[in-house]
Amino acid sequence: MSDRQVLHAFVLYVQNQPGVLNRVASLFRRRAYNIESLTVGHTEKPGVSRMTILANITEGSGQRVVANLYKLVPVLSVEDVTRVSTISRSLTLIKVEAHEESRHRLMEIVRVFRARVVDLGTKSLIVEITGTEEKILALVDVLRPYGILEMARTGQVVMRRGAKSAADAEAAAENETTPEPEASQSV
Amino acid sequence: MKKTGAEIIWECLERLGVEHIFGYPGGAILPAYDAMTKYKIHHILVRHEQGATHMADGYARASGKVGVAIATSGPGATNMVTGIATAMMDSSPIVCITGQVGSKLIGSDAFQETDITGITLPITKHNYLVTSADEVAPSIREAFEVARSGRPGPVLVDITKDAQNSSCEFDWEQAAPDTLRQEIVSLPEREKIAAALELINQAKRPVILAGHGVILSAAEREIMEFAEIAGIPVALTLLGLGGFPASHPLNLGMMGMHGEAWVNKAIQESDLLLAFGMRFDDRVTGNLKTYAPTAKKIHVEIDRAEINKNVHVDVPLVGDLREVLRALLPHVKRVDRAEWLATIATAKADSAVRDIQNLPDNGHLYAPHVINELWRETKGEAIVVTDVGQHQMWEAQYYMHEKPRTLITSGGLGTMGFALPAAIGAKFAKPDAEVWVVVGDGGFQMTMAELATVVQEKIDIKIAIINNGFLGMVRQWQEFFYDGRYSSTPLLSPDFVKLAEAFSIPGYGVSKRGQVLPAIKAARQQAGPALIDFQVEQEDSVFPMVPAGADLHAMIRRPSPLVEKASDV
Repeated sequence: MSDRQVLHAFVLYVQNQPGVLNRVASLFRRRAYNIESLTVGHTEKPGVSRMTILANITEGSGQRVVANLYKLVPVLSVEDVTRVSTISRSLTLIKVEAHEESRHRLMEIVRVFRARVVDLGTKSLIVEITGTEEKILALVDVLRPYGILEMARTGQVVMRRGAKSAADAEAAAENETTPEPEASQSV
Repeated sequence: MKKTGAEIIWECLERLGVEHIFGYPGGAILPAYDAMTKYKIHHILVRHEQGATHMADGYARASGKVGVAIATSGPGATNMVTGIATAMMDSSPIVCITGQVGSKLIGSDAFQETDITGITLPITKHNYLVTSADEVAPSIREAFEVARSGRPGPVLVDITKDAQNSSCEFDWEQAAPDTLRQEIVSLPEREKIAAALELINQAKRPVILAGHGVILSAAEREIMEFAEIAGIPVALTLLGLGGFPASHPLNLGMMGMHGEAWVNKAIQESDLLLAFGMRFDDRVTGNLKTYAPTAKKIHVEIDRAEINKNVHVDVPLVGDLREVLRALLPHVKRVDRAEWLATIATAKADSAVRDIQNLPDNGHLYAPHVINELWRETKGEAIVVTDVGQHQMWEAQYYMHEKPRTLITSGGLGTMGFALPAAIGAKFAKPDAEVWVVVGDGGFQMTMAELATVVQEKIDIKIAIINNGFLGMVRQWQEFFYDGRYSSTPLLSPDFVKLAEAFSIPGYGVSKRGQVLPAIKAARQQAGPALIDFQVEQEDSVFPMVPAGADLHAMIRRPSPLVEKASDV
């Protein structure tokens, strides 16, 4: 096993109670794994929250991180979705300098990226974009020359494609290899 | 029926079958101590909260039941940290109850407030902060469930003072733990079992590596049956000792850093390792790159997180060891492995001539002599509780354990000061057993305040101090790896015999080989506790030794003959 770190994505279902985030985060901290993004929110089940964690993990250690996360009592299920076909989205608000002369070009860029202008002032505007990491980074690159004043990102949420849900991860953990999801496509 | 949170603590503990609790009172746990007087549970007043946790741990390891410790907030709780970490590393089921300042004071830096759930987060299986009376029963019930299920471990329940003082309706049934979560591990898939069987039945030079899991899952009969049918020799980890009888012809002895040479050699030459309830600790494997290079590996382990952690395994079998062995047993073939066993026996004979017991008395007293005499005199039937260091390794090498739960020692964390308090706990778990503490002069001084607990509770344990005037294991490393610069390892000790007398404990001083047996006999004849100060050779070392991180077969051997070495120093 090499010491090379690879970006992994984990989806966790946890009991919504004080201290859970600390327990989960502490597991990464102990191994000096840097969390790149972490999102938590309620799910369709009362009392159950869903976390999506992106972190750089030593190559080949994904299964062990899953097993260790699963040992935490408030963790109901865990899945390593790094190599699973998923939909991944995050939302970003970008405040850009915008003057009379640049505003038009900015609006054009926003339209091409299928983003939205959600606030418009005399000297700036705020763009809201939802999408994959690549798409957001591409927009940021294009906007940068105009002067980005501020940026706020939500972190990614990741969901398996097809009917199978990450809540079935227990079954997935039983099999060392993750079964292929049913065929489905981006729409 | 309405009860206070404090009463509910004891109500729950009684119903959970707790008979003894080790603890130390204080402000934030006062309501619980006040309510305790109404219940039958026997409280043992310790001298330091670390002692309480080691006692609960010793109790758990000797009995297989959950050990319980109780302390107040702040320093009471932080003093428990070492004992909790010890239990965590060695998978010992203990529940620690701590008082906490009133819930409205939490976060205000109130007197004796500390964030003990935060502090113990990485060293417990789980912990609870209880801020109202109605959470007490569910938390304690779940704490016990978590502590003893799966891979056992410590759980802490921190209960605020107002939660203890306020009242609520107590309903035992209602407080049953949630079954939201699937904790129990089922048997591995049939294909994996089949793959394991194929490797087992084809192996020419297999070795079983038996660890603590054998004892925790009570699989000693299954493992013996397995070894006997398949004709496979058994090597043990430190915490596995007792899981397979030392006198059994297939027993190889302890593996690893201070394992016997023939054991490590057998592992290195093996073509199949059967790891049963062990975790390939670095003290067991040495250099991972050269570890058992020709062996396939089957790993039976209840904790999935241990699979492929240190050593890549060919067939992982996640499940309870006893259940997995029962699934394997009907399909294990009898295979003639006489050639392999003969190879090991040859290596063993070579090591036996180096054995310290085969050397004549040169007037020096060596720790192995002491351990060996203790083993003979107690017929190997005592529960021996050891501390950490050279004496611990000598005990492992020279006391032959036949039964599970007869060696209690801090393996993973290597906690000095463990032995005396853990022995107190063990004696409460097994009041009819003969309990011996084997401890170094350094470790003993870390927790010797518990001698007062021994006397106050009239506990019949015998204490053997292996006194070499050094922090011996560190001195040994300094001798081998730091050119003999003994930085802060020479150790001054009080007169342990006089110290024992101060506690009204009979004490004996021994400095010659001929005095060993009479002293052990005299101590055993005492109706209560007794202490023997064995003043042994100061600069003896534990052999063989695999230096940390070295190849498992690269052992430093005892210079032979020993007498030459002894006269050098």
